Amino acid sequence: MTIGLGHYLAVAAILFTIGVFGIFVNRKNVIVILMSIELILLAVNINLVAFSAYLHDITGQVFAMFVLTVAAAEAAVGLAILVTFFRNRGDIEVDHASVMKG
Amino acid sequence: MLQAIAFYLMAGVTLLSALAVVGARNPVHSVLFLIAAFFSAAGLFVLLGAEFLAMLLVVVYVGAVAVLFLFVVMMLDIDFAKLKAGFAQYLPIGGLVAGVLAIEMVLVALTVAREGAAAGNALPDANAGGTSNIEAIGKVLYTDYAYYFEAAGLVLLVAMIGAIVLTMRHKAHVKRQDIGKQVARNTRTGMEVVQIKSGSGVEL
Repeated sequence: MTIGLGHYLAVAAILFTIGVFGIFVNRKNVIVILMSIELILLAVNINLVAFSAYLHDITGQVFAMFVLTVAAAEAAVGLAILVTFFRNRGDIEVDHASVMKG
Repeated sequence: MLQAIAFYLMAGVTLLSALAVVGARNPVHSVLFLIAAFFSAAGLFVLLGAEFLAMLLVVVYVGAVAVLFLFVVMMLDIDFAKLKAGFAQYLPIGGLVAGVLAIEMVLVALTVAREGAAAGNALPDANAGGTSNIEAIGKVLYTDYAYYFEAAGLVLLVAMIGAIVLTMRHKAHVKRQDIGKQVARNTRTGMEVVQIKSGSGVEL
């Protein structure tokens, strides 16, 4: 039995769904929502790399690198906002985030 | 055969860890499972012949992003049991939506793999053209995608400055160096004669 493109795409699809599911069920916890977003971006990366490998085109891996960059930046800024939010409020409930509007 | 065993092992670990990330009671455990998920995903990348991205995933995600998450989770003093309250309430509808989405996406993925542009292609030999994976990426990244590469650097710079600006705070009673004031100092403003009543301090 050989592992084909479909196997990798299926893994990426399930991983993406787990990320969406995580956002659904952890609606109050911003930290877990950020981690779910990281899972979704990882699924996207698996898709890009799998297609890059099976289409014999390196461009997909270059784009996966850019996705990685944006994901790292997003995590840094998201966690910084979270720390500021916690300093102002004393908790991190998403429902209270509207108090941050200017 | 060996490749299939490695694939199923690492795919299974990735998916189970991902489920544990969203389901764990303690966010510290969530972060540790996130690290496990990234590690096994890096294994999948190695299987696909993308060694450079696999190492990048380990260094950037496990070494930087996941540790940043761990740092923030442990720094904030939060009652996580309270945040878990809505979990059971949203579980049925979330599971339903996720299940439908997963089935649809897997069906599309399998069809694309069977009939798309890449159908029937085998994995390329890792060292086919005598170039390693990192060399091939470098040849494209620094020529065709040079501007995008610099834009990525700018994104990281903005993220770094943004994170610093957001989290830095000045304490009112701590004396700080004011470089602008120091540089603007000249001989006329540098010295001041004050008459002080004995017993009282000066306000500088």
